Amino acid sequence: MADTGKKNARILVFSTEKISDPAIDMAGLLKLHYPPTVYAISVPCSSGVKPKWILHAFEKGFDGVFIAADGSDCPYGESCTEKTGKIVSTTHELMKQKNIEPARLRMAAICSVCSESFVKHMKSFNENLLKMQGV
Amino acid sequence: MNKKLGVYICHCGGNISDYVDVEKVRQSVEKEEGVFLAKTTMFACGDSNQKEMVEDIKSNHLDGVVVASCSPKLHLLTFRAVTERGDLNKYNYVHANIREQASWAHSDDKAGATEKAIHIVKAAIAKVRYAESLVPIKISSIKSVAIIGGGVAGMKAAIELSDLGCQVYLIEREYFVGGRVSQWDTLFTTNETGKELVTRLYNDLAKRKNITVYTGTEVISNSGSIGDFKLKVKITPRYIKEKCNQGELQNAIDACPVEVPDDFNFNITSRKAIYHNFPGEYPQSPVIDTKNCTRCGACEKICENVDFSQKEEIKEINAGSVLMATGFDPYTPADGEFGYNLYNNVVTLPQLKRMIDLSDNTLKFKGREIKNIVYIYCVGSRQVEGENKYCSRYCCTSAIHVAITAKKKFRDIYNFHFNRGIRTYGKQEVLYDESSKMGDIYLQSYEDDPPVVTSQNGKTIVKINDILTGKKELEVEADLIVLVTGMVPRKDNSVGSLFKLPKGRDKFFNEIHMKLRPVETVIDGITISGACQGPKNIMETVNSALSAAAKSYSYVSKGVLELEPIIARIDKSLCTWCNACSKACPFDAVKMEEDKTKAYAVINNSVCKGCGMCLPVCPTDAINLIAYSNSEIESMIDALA
Repeated sequence: MADTGKKNARILVFSTEKISDPAIDMAGLLKLHYPPTVYAISVPCSSGVKPKWILHAFEKGFDGVFIAADGSDCPYGESCTEKTGKIVSTTHELMKQKNIEPARLRMAAICSVCSESFVKHMKSFNENLLKMQGV
Repeated sequence: MNKKLGVYICHCGGNISDYVDVEKVRQSVEKEEGVFLAKTTMFACGDSNQKEMVEDIKSNHLDGVVVASCSPKLHLLTFRAVTERGDLNKYNYVHANIREQASWAHSDDKAGATEKAIHIVKAAIAKVRYAESLVPIKISSIKSVAIIGGGVAGMKAAIELSDLGCQVYLIEREYFVGGRVSQWDTLFTTNETGKELVTRLYNDLAKRKNITVYTGTEVISNSGSIGDFKLKVKITPRYIKEKCNQGELQNAIDACPVEVPDDFNFNITSRKAIYHNFPGEYPQSPVIDTKNCTRCGACEKICENVDFSQKEEIKEINAGSVLMATGFDPYTPADGEFGYNLYNNVVTLPQLKRMIDLSDNTLKFKGREIKNIVYIYCVGSRQVEGENKYCSRYCCTSAIHVAITAKKKFRDIYNFHFNRGIRTYGKQEVLYDESSKMGDIYLQSYEDDPPVVTSQNGKTIVKINDILTGKKELEVEADLIVLVTGMVPRKDNSVGSLFKLPKGRDKFFNEIHMKLRPVETVIDGITISGACQGPKNIMETVNSALSAAAKSYSYVSKGVLELEPIIARIDKSLCTWCNACSKACPFDAVKMEEDKTKAYAVINNSVCKGCGMCLPVCPTDAINLIAYSNSEIESMIDALA
């Protein structure tokens, strides 16, 4: 990582193509800044994220993983909220078994225009992760 | 695995290169495994660069292409097409977004933005290595459209599709077409009545050979998908022969001993079990409503056209696309909400509209003449406590229009509008002006301090802390209280579940994208129009009906359809058929199959939407989504870490 003068946590975001991607894109368009160590991988729906991908990210050195959930806006149906929640709780269990602090995985619904909310989440998650590391 | 990759990094004028050192990005990725060429370009989307890319792909036989530029929402399809012109299958293209997600988002931190862009491009390279040539799923499509709901939206869409030369099946659950609009008398912004609009549409429909209208008909099942929906419909007969003698019919209606609330008039009047709604509703043929008929035989004795031998019919309809136009219900206030069902002079706006239509010289309710009318706005809409957070759009205009109509039609009417801010948007604003000039009184409150309805000595009093007069407490003695009710989804919206149509947080049917794909749903081949999608006035309904008709037509016009091949894939060797994926699938796309050795899951390719909900529930990790497989996602994570 380049020395940008400020230490930031590395955060992987699982974002969805139809709902949260537009919000993240719009955050850029509006020049709403958040740490540049936040990386997004796009998937069709947040309820299709495999726990093993999340664990893989921790193994590879990400400090935090954030699931930008479709919530009630999911174009694939109402069950998305519950299913994404289940993925998070399952992964939290797996993290405990591996002695990974569950707070390093977060989820929040990010709607297609929720740019400010996304940025707010990234900033507070970043701060929390840094606190966990004692920075 | 792709081994000869071309990578293009875009300056986007300066939109990217002002903050991201694109040359540094290029140098950082050119040595990545498999990268054959890495170039920067001023405008990747520009004509000259597109031509250069086509040349590069062809002459070097590239097997994977990455463009790092703006959001894929803008140019994914552009570069897929470029790839295709270079004789490479378009699914070997991967897009990297280094503008919205790097240069712009981190314009405050150039080094950070550059570092991030390098990782994003590396992740795209990692992904394109696994990209495979895919063939869009091609299916044939029947040139016909089934329209569910015969209100103005359904009828207008039917006429449009008929003009385009498409076979149309217009399916209406009620015995009459026209929907809600046939219940309205005068309208705004034109002076035609609802009945007149419906008459014009129906006369146009009836002329056309390629439209089949089914009334009293419900869809009971659907087994198909885009290109070939197989609908099963149940047609309930009218129990009256087609050519009916009017004189006899009226005698038969008079003889019917059954009286039920008439929902055409929102239950302010009653009707018989044998009835008609004309003039105004079509087809102009009466009906016996067998749910309420006691089969006493009284009508049969008088009218020879009554025919109880008619049988219910089940019919199959095949259509390439389905257009939903099922409309709305008016909100029904809860018991006691502003005195509804508690005091005997509280009605809803639709009820008042019918009362005005049915009254001649004086406006009476339950025998009492009405002078002071209090309108309470936003009932069932913009709720602070309830579920309906949305504004129903039509009600401000409609309430003011009704108030003006009442004042013009009857003597000594005084209108008091208890509102939360008037929203007579656009051309409808003139109505607000007109009613103000006619002397209507407007009183306003905030959502946390609504008007209060009480009864004192047989009088109904409505009190408000009026913010227009500095929160002064004002009260009006009302002869009639009208609850200006909003729109809610149909109480029985089961037809939506039949097609697995997603609903939004307001419980109306949901489009894919409010602005860019406003009539499409995630269920391929099904479009939505009118108020089943959310509150709309007639003008907006017709607009959306026409766009849904055009979209539905695009699915069936060519006879052949191409679908995105991004679907789930099951590794049969790992599958142990536990049923978890099939339970997780919201679209019924997973079926069990068996061979000699075991049972296993199989994906129906034309039904799978590629959402991936089946992936995390599989205990043996036997399912991968094309383009989002374990190897693709994990190698992207490796590149980003």
